[in-house]
Amino acid sequence: MAGFSSGEQTVIAAAISEIARNILMYAKQGEVFLSLATNGDRQGVVVVAKDQGPGIADLERAMQYGYSTSHGVGAGLPGAKRLMDEFEVDTVVGQGTTITMKKWRRVI
Amino acid sequence: MEVPILRQGQYLIASIQSALTDADLSHLREALIAQVGRSRCRGVIVDVTALDVMDSFAVRTLRDIAHMARLRGAETVIVGIQPDVAFAMVQLGLTLKGVATVLDLEEGLAFLNRRDEERLLETRPKRFGDRG
Ligand SMILES: Nc1ncnc2c1ncn2[C@@H]1O[C@H](COP(=O)(O)OP(=O)(O)O)[C@@H](O)[C@H]1O
Ligand SMILES: [Mg+2]
Repeated sequence: MAGFSSGEQTVIAAAISEIARNILMYAKQGEVFLSLATNGDRQGVVVVAKDQGPGIADLERAMQYGYSTSHGVGAGLPGAKRLMDEFEVDTVVGQGTTITMKKWRRVI
Repeated sequence: MEVPILRQGQYLIASIQSALTDADLSHLREALIAQVGRSRCRGVIVDVTALDVMDSFAVRTLRDIAHMARLRGAETVIVGIQPDVAFAMVQLGLTLKGVATVLDLEEGLAFLNRRDEERLLETRPKRFGDRG
């Protein structure tokens, strides 16, 4: 995938899995878009996960390891952030959540 | 994709062949727990060599399998976690606390054999004059 090593692909897949899992769990439905991007000498994969669910009321806490409103592990959001290079959450209570995350690799 | 469960002596071996859905994983958990009771086995090996992604649900299910099997009298060992998978698990903060993990099937069998021997020693009544 886009020249990523199998190790990097595992990392990206794990992050996508956590974010997709959250959509199913908290918003019931949504969409995950994958695309490729270039930035100077870097190439990357962009993941956009979008739902029209309840939104995240306390984003600061939701980003902390161990915080879960569903007796979960609370590892999904902070873990996905650690696995990826860029991680952005756009959420509005009652309207939904969009998470954009990117992973870059240098093209030599 | 169902996971085949083989019986080898006192042990059950579940070797995951490909990526699994949540439903497959849950099914594996139910099937293993049922078989542990039915076959009175002493050990369970779950071979995850073929898994190239493990997220929080997979890790939780493996932990559940190990804890449920223990309550039914069988020890569980997870074998074959790939280096990349281990890296991603650590980054995600996912742990298999309280669950034995070894490199491959051979070591898994050796681990269970060792556990069996230890168990025999533990349950053997002490005679007068025994040390320890
Ligand atoms: N797409 C989403 N919509 C609404 N709430 C969410 C969403 N994703 C995460 N959350 C909230 O953030 C919390 C933390 O998420 P996460 O780190 O994945 O842990 P967990 O899923 O184990 O609870 C969740 O418990 C939930 O309250
Ligand atoms: Mg989650």
